[in-house]
Amino acid sequence: MKLGDTLLFASGSLRGARSRTLLMMLAMSIGVAAVVVLTSLGEGARRYVVGQFSSLGSNLVIVLPGRSETAGINPGMLLGKTARDLVLDDAQALLRSPAIRRIAPLTVGAAQASHGGLNREVVVMGTTANMLLIRHMDMGQGQFLPQLDPRSASPVCVLGATIKRELFGSQQAVGAWLRLGDRRFRVIGVLAEQGESMGMNTDDLVIIPVASAHMLFNSQALFRILIEAKSRDMIEPARRDAEQIIKQQHSGELDVTVITQDAVLATFDRVLRALTLAVGGIAAISLSVAGVLIMNVMLIAVAQRTREIGLLKALGAPPAEIRRMFFAEAVLLSAVGSIAGLVLGEIGSMVIGQIYPKLPVGAPWWAVLAAFGTALITGILFSVWPARRAARLDPVAALARR
Amino acid sequence: MIEFSDVSRIFTVGDQQVAALRNINLELVAGEYVSIMGPSGSGKSTLLNLMGLLDRPTSGIYRLDGQDVTTLDDTQQALVRRDKIGFVFQFFHLVPRLSAAMNIELPMILAGVPVEERRERVVQLLQSYGLTDRADHRPEQLSGGQRQRVAIARATIMRPLVLLADEPTGNLDQATGKEVMSLLEHLMEQGVTLIMVTHDPGLGARASRQLHMVDGQIVSDSRARG
Ligand SMILES: Nc1ncnc2c1ncn2[C@@H]1O[C@H](COP(=O)(O)OP(=O)(O)O)[C@@H](O)[C@H]1O
Ligand SMILES: [Mg+2]
Repeated sequence: MKLGDTLLFASGSLRGARSRTLLMMLAMSIGVAAVVVLTSLGEGARRYVVGQFSSLGSNLVIVLPGRSETAGINPGMLLGKTARDLVLDDAQALLRSPAIRRIAPLTVGAAQASHGGLNREVVVMGTTANMLLIRHMDMGQGQFLPQLDPRSASPVCVLGATIKRELFGSQQAVGAWLRLGDRRFRVIGVLAEQGESMGMNTDDLVIIPVASAHMLFNSQALFRILIEAKSRDMIEPARRDAEQIIKQQHSGELDVTVITQDAVLATFDRVLRALTLAVGGIAAISLSVAGVLIMNVMLIAVAQRTREIGLLKALGAPPAEIRRMFFAEAVLLSAVGSIAGLVLGEIGSMVIGQIYPKLPVGAPWWAVLAAFGTALITGILFSVWPARRAARLDPVAALARR
Repeated sequence: MIEFSDVSRIFTVGDQQVAALRNINLELVAGEYVSIMGPSGSGKSTLLNLMGLLDRPTSGIYRLDGQDVTTLDDTQQALVRRDKIGFVFQFFHLVPRLSAAMNIELPMILAGVPVEERRERVVQLLQSYGLTDRADHRPEQLSGGQRQRVAIARATIMRPLVLLADEPTGNLDQATGKEVMSLLEHLMEQGVTLIMVTHDPGLGARASRQLHMVDGQIVSDSRARG
């Protein structure tokens, strides 16, 4: 029998049993669509998180005061000493490392902000001009903090977009005075609207020079030091140098934690990828269920078509030919079913993309390939047994069955 | 051409053994017209099925066209069936979802004959069996006589040596039966060996050689007039 004839014959018998065929294709395509939709959701979540991290800034290394527990016991603690504060001198010392391009010290506190009759509680961030570059922030109006010696205070501030709107409305803010606590600051710029990014909303901030913040909050302690390494390859050397330098600064005690954005990102990446694999795996199980369904229906088809098989054998079809015919049916069925499933899955992903526009949905190619492959392979695998059974039927016995 | 030496066929039903054929010795010559008669259950169908390689003897040797076919495997037997044997059944056994033309074409499709050759032969057969205007009808849209004509066309499309017919008129009325008979006999005139099971003595008498079976054995083997 010619291949074309085999396929024609197979598609003919599939069309002959319309409802059975449609049901099986439905099962198959739901399986495939599930894999596509679930993995594209997982992948979307992963890409979303990765995107959020990258928007924080590139080649970022962060110094936090205090040693995280997992890093071991701090000998200073044993002596009853508390960890030393991070201070501006520590931040400036970091610039000695050749791996570090720029740094931005960061202090954070809350203060009452008022302008005209309006006032509200705001988060005040004390930092330097470098923050703009390290955190990839954009200006809406005016300028960011001027390049000054970090130790010198200056009564200027930059507003987040929300603060500007709430305290100034449609009035011109740049050039106006803003009262923070008991001090006055001149507004020199307004940040562009940025929205939420990793839980920190720059729209709700007021940014002032770090030395002014120290005066405002009456504290020299830094909340963080942000470091930008010179390149991606320099991230690790920058982290090591930072630890080394701070240790020197703190008389040999390593009482800070230095984290790299990459390490955090890698962890998230791993977790989310595993999650995608897991949901994909669950969906693959549903695909195998579809395969078992195909097997059952093929077995029923063999039983229902016993007489036809007997006849084909009587007309001179060898067992291998009968196997090939049933095989072709299963392949056609699972191929059409899984293509329909891919289309269904893509439509599903698109709908999700419409509902959550921030989520960059889209099934990864390996998932699409795996779904298609699993569908074909289960469909084919589970049709082998029914096909073999059909081929073994005795022609007289098969024909005699009414 | 068909040579049975000591052929038996024993069915095992539960723990009972039913001998459908006992030690059959038979030789049929090419071009013969043979009828097989006998009471129901005497083994006529079993004999025909063995001749058509639809079934295997329990013991004995069957030679077809000089070749011992009892030792062939399933695939080899299928090829012998395809190339040398045509079968006409009492219940037609057409594929319900295929058109008359496709049913006739089926053996050639299975044999992998090129399309043009197939189509040519089908058109020719449809014409000579008076089925041209029924070519696209499915079996359920055909009368009994038409169905059997389709079945005969299908059995002859590969130009077999032997045409085996198991009560081909058993499901047809008298007039249609006559029509089908004359079709078969016309084929025989073209050199086909025709072997037909019937329990109508009138039809059986038309054959040049008549076998009578009782209880799994051939009790008489008579050659008519000449
Ligand atoms: N598949 C089978 N299983 C068991 N017994 C069978 C089978 N086929 C035929 N027989 C038995 O063999 C005998 C001959 O049957 P068969 O050749 O069909 O007779 P006929 O065609 O002359 O009516 C009967 O007794 C029948 O019951
Ligand atoms: Mg019978």
